[in-house]
Amino acid sequence: MRRRTALRLAAAAAVSSAFSIGTALGADPIRIGAVAPKTGPLAAGAAITHWPNVQLWAHQVNERGGLRMKDGSRRKVEIIEYDDRTNPGETIKAVERLATQDKVDFILAPYSTGLNVAAAPVYAKHGYPQITATSITDKIPELTKRYSSIFFALGSTTALAGSVADILSKLRAEKKIGNRVAMVNVADAFGIELAEVARPVLKKAGFEIVYDRSYPLGTQDLSPIVKGAKAANPDAFVAWSYPPDTFALTEQAKIENLDVKAFYTAVATAFPAYGGKFGKSVNGHLGAGGVNPDTPEMKAYFAAHQKVTGKPADFWASAVTYATLQVLEQSIEAVGTDRKAVTEHIKKGTFQTVMGPWRFSNQSIDKFWTVGQWQDGVFYGVASTGLSGAKPVITKTGW
Amino acid sequence: MDILITGLLLGATYSLIAMGLNLQYGVARIMNLANGEMLVAGAFAAFWVYTAQSANPFAAALFVVPGAFVLNWLIYRYLLRPLVRRAKNRGMLEVDTILATFGMSFAFVGIMLLAFGGGYFTYSYLAEPFPIFGSPFGLNRVVASLIAAVICGLLYVWIHGTRTGMAIRAVAVDPAAAGLVAIDVPRMSALSFALGGAVTAAGGIVLSTFLTMDASVGVVFTMKALIIVIMGGVGDVRGTIIASLILGLAETAVATLVDPGMTLAAAYLLFVLVLLFRPQGLFGRRAS
Repeated sequence: MRRRTALRLAAAAAVSSAFSIGTALGADPIRIGAVAPKTGPLAAGAAITHWPNVQLWAHQVNERGGLRMKDGSRRKVEIIEYDDRTNPGETIKAVERLATQDKVDFILAPYSTGLNVAAAPVYAKHGYPQITATSITDKIPELTKRYSSIFFALGSTTALAGSVADILSKLRAEKKIGNRVAMVNVADAFGIELAEVARPVLKKAGFEIVYDRSYPLGTQDLSPIVKGAKAANPDAFVAWSYPPDTFALTEQAKIENLDVKAFYTAVATAFPAYGGKFGKSVNGHLGAGGVNPDTPEMKAYFAAHQKVTGKPADFWASAVTYATLQVLEQSIEAVGTDRKAVTEHIKKGTFQTVMGPWRFSNQSIDKFWTVGQWQDGVFYGVASTGLSGAKPVITKTGW
Repeated sequence: MDILITGLLLGATYSLIAMGLNLQYGVARIMNLANGEMLVAGAFAAFWVYTAQSANPFAAALFVVPGAFVLNWLIYRYLLRPLVRRAKNRGMLEVDTILATFGMSFAFVGIMLLAFGGGYFTYSYLAEPFPIFGSPFGLNRVVASLIAAVICGLLYVWIHGTRTGMAIRAVAVDPAAAGLVAIDVPRMSALSFALGGAVTAAGGIVLSTFLTMDASVGVVFTMKALIIVIMGGVGDVRGTIIASLILGLAETAVATLVDPGMTLAAAYLLFVLVLLFRPQGLFGRRAS
């Protein structure tokens, strides 16, 4: 008993000393909540794309002395993190908690399409701006109409699928590939939606889909799929895949020597680990996303990301995630911590981000990268909806 | 032919996942829901050996297998034995251990997140074509199957050919009766629990050569192992091997001939059929 009391006392002392340190610093920090997976199926993706950018941003803001408020004062940021265990119910609970219990000033958007859409009503109810960096959907017009606090920055499903069809059409026009496309998708919301959008788009562009199959999430052996695709003798291979299967499909295609001139896998192709794992044989691989890593802003961003978090940024949503944090930063500096004013400011303002100047129209960024390609160890953007700096597409030459 | 070989390779993979759980559940009567995390820990060790030490990932077995053995022994001795002692019957023990190991799995995930970070762990090792009857198969999968065959073979011979093995089988059949014939039941249970953990971790090393893992992925393997162990019959090595191969062949056949989207459905259909017609599992004994 006595030991327990002592422990309790120690805990109380620790808590109170933590508080006193907080107040001793003077100007109150701006408290910002962050909810995203640290465990569960999407934890690994969030650990690459989401959390390091939160860490990097908070580090950079605080290092330069905090946000420069309108009245000339500086306010540091304090991040309060919650793990939603990749469970939409938990995301909603955590956002609710941040808003009502922790009473934070702002809440960063969650990770992934599903979790963002699930939490959107709660953000709207409590009037917190939700600047999403990792949700791709064709429902952007409906969602922005329904929730005046949600913003989109990564693009739409149709644009993503359409760009793939455009690139294949271009390669066909240059007589580099033929008409036959093998398409597979992971049987999960993302893969199903993209496959359904891509099917008519590819057909309309005059392609023949010679193999069209889905596989369950978490399939441990994808060799029947790759064998099936190979037997159909395609000119191009398109997979609307998630990270573990992106890796597995690529490895299997290499083993089977799937000889296509265009090889596309969706999520995770932009991860540095993808290039790291397969080395030179990924040259010419197409994937979702891409960036223009050659601008001075992006160069500085990549270097800072590596230095502060100890790992490289990915070549797609990492920079977009960071850019959404910059948007929040610039809005707070412009209008203060009034959430309504910040939301209105985001709707109308222009922002200088690592992705270049950003301006939301109807609460979404309509210029974004759609397809990237590994070229000599870097994943360059090769197609976008109106961004400059795209590299010309090359064909894949063997494994 | 392709279906047969691919199916056997997949089946061998499954047997690596399930064999450890079979020992833990069948003999020690611990429904270990933290089994998958042990597998992931083994995989991480292999990843670390390969990337940080640039050595052969299989070298991780040198410290992973003894390490997992000791760790699981300690887990059994200090965390699970009190539950075993307290339990009045098998049903109560199962409920208690399911809850305890479920909690343990969260703790393990947390520890692995701290130790390794949350990102994906993947590397290329032996990812080369290996021709069997003219068609290419992943060399890493072929090697994994051979290792699975060796592990299963050794376990089978050990359990059916040695005195300790016989004691273990006796405990699997009836712990109370085994105690009556001077078998040290707590010791045998601890031994098979530790051994099960070591086999699972070894499986993790092998699987890491071709599967992409992250700290939270363990539950996927636990679920698969559960299905296989129950299909094959609790506490029977042969049952687990046969069930793994059947599952591997069925999934591959369905993926090739019908639709890859149907593989999960096929696996669960098989599971339901086994439960309907042989609730004790393919090789299980009817509860008396």
